[in-house]
Amino acid sequence: MTMRLPKAFTNVSLVVGALISLTIILLAIFAPYVATHGIEQMDMRNRFDGPTIEHILGTDNFGRDLWSRLVFGARISLTIAVIAVTASAIIGTVVGLVAGYFGGWVDQVLMRITDIFLGFPAIVLALAIVAVLGPGIMNVSLAIIVVAWTEYARVVRSTTLVLREQNYVQAAKALGASPARIIFKEILPNALGPIIVLASLGLGTAIISESALSFLGFGLPPPAPTWGWTLAYGTRFMRDAPWLSIVSGATIMVTVLGFNLLGDGLRDVLDPRQLSRGGGKSAKAK
Amino acid sequence: MVAYVIRRLLLLIPMAIGMVVVTFGLLLIIPGDPAAVLLGQDATPEAIETLRNTLGLNDPWYIRLWDYFAALLQGDMGRSIFQNQPVSEIILGRLGATIELAVVALILATLIGLTLGVLAAIRQGSWVDTVTMLFAQLGVSMPVYWLGLLLMLLFAVQLGWLPAIGRGVPLPEAFLAAVTGRPQVLWDSIGHIALPALALAANSAAIISRLVRASMLEVLREDFVRTAYAKGLRKGRVVIRHALRNALLPVLSVIGLRFGALLGGAVLTESIFAWPGLGQLTIAAISQRDLPLIQGIVLTFAIVFALVNLVVDLLYAAVDPRIRLG
Repeated sequence: MTMRLPKAFTNVSLVVGALISLTIILLAIFAPYVATHGIEQMDMRNRFDGPTIEHILGTDNFGRDLWSRLVFGARISLTIAVIAVTASAIIGTVVGLVAGYFGGWVDQVLMRITDIFLGFPAIVLALAIVAVLGPGIMNVSLAIIVVAWTEYARVVRSTTLVLREQNYVQAAKALGASPARIIFKEILPNALGPIIVLASLGLGTAIISESALSFLGFGLPPPAPTWGWTLAYGTRFMRDAPWLSIVSGATIMVTVLGFNLLGDGLRDVLDPRQLSRGGGKSAKAK
Repeated sequence: MVAYVIRRLLLLIPMAIGMVVVTFGLLLIIPGDPAAVLLGQDATPEAIETLRNTLGLNDPWYIRLWDYFAALLQGDMGRSIFQNQPVSEIILGRLGATIELAVVALILATLIGLTLGVLAAIRQGSWVDTVTMLFAQLGVSMPVYWLGLLLMLLFAVQLGWLPAIGRGVPLPEAFLAAVTGRPQVLWDSIGHIALPALALAANSAAIISRLVRASMLEVLREDFVRTAYAKGLRKGRVVIRHALRNALLPVLSVIGLRFGALLGGAVLTESIFAWPGLGQLTIAAISQRDLPLIQGIVLTFAIVFALVNLVVDLLYAAVDPRIRLG
């Protein structure tokens, strides 16, 4: 993992992506301070308000403040995304490391299992899982994890296949290091680049999935101000207050865009491809 | 090639078995008594007992899994709890609409993705490249249901050019009608599918365009492209006949993978545009917690996706000898 800072700062994707992501994360953390109203606080005199000084993004049919609902919604989306990405990354990485390092039938079995989970359209399996388990932060996260881990498994496996042939891994083996030690001390640190890139992109995907579930009414139940539900609720008032849906959707898009740009930028800067080009020495420099 | 086809077909068997196990597993992870959970709080003990028997819940799980397999091999996916109809019949009635939507979206996504990707690659670094890739980045980040709503708001509600919801006559029938002198039937069908297909296609179009661009940039640097220019061929000919043909290979496999995403996206698109396919059925089944139906739908999606990937792999092998021999 070599990352030269000056190079990082000149990467437009990375800088813009980091700025957007950081802004959303800060808004979510400080939601109680940046929200101007309570999420359920009604203001019947100002129903369906367009943007005003009091309600900067307007209000819905109960006069509830859209801005406040969105910043609190950010907490839900980000919490679920972080849980889902962390768990998927851990599961997928372990599977990928084990499959890539041991090869043979272990690899065959693990990769066929990965293929099976990858073979379901993500949202369909997620919906089915939420349907049987019921809504809730952990269940929605689980629904996302079930498919999301497969990508880490595949990428980490192929990185491991390259890394295990490197001289320093062979040397560790010759010195009698245990497989667990080699996998976690020698290979994992050098496979972190692609994992970080995938995790950043994965945050975006998880947010899209979570908001899709809540859009369909299977995410956290109201009064939780999820982005997806706020958007879906807004569609009832498409003629009177189209901004409710438009702004909620734009919030989702900008957030996902932020994490995607960050991921793309990180990919450029960390350049995981260096590994497959035989850059063994620079890969170990850390 | 025959050996490759057989090997690839054999791979499908463990995959299908695994998918059935996962689908069956959905029933096992329900907390508590599935029958009571599925029927809700107001269910009588008798109704719960009846459902327990129908679902075979009184048997141990391995017997149920075996029965499930045996039934599936005969095309029996069980009966819907609420519609009192075989699951396979309900699904078959809806499958066509979803496949039609996904296929049209896939064609749109490929056409748009190819055009934008090639344009961006041959004008690398210019404003065309920047604008195209900006659109691609937005397309990747945009929730499909939101884009659907925006398209509906603009083209159906504001401009009134296209119908907002519903489906016309199925496209194959509509083509037939057009040939026999009723073109308005075809126009009506195309009008209905235009918005949902476009909304569904955007995300894949964006991904394909980025891939085509990267792939083209790599190929355009190859020696044979330089040779083609040196022979004095026109740029258009070099780009289309020499570069694009080679750049398409890696793109092809991704196009197959996109079909799975399109099937999933169809669930969302259908719910917005009231498209009468599997997606709408999924939402209804999940709202009612109609488990046999949910399992049937999940399995159908997985099998269709697996078959599409099989076709793509075979096509890929037909085009690129390195695959089938390697």
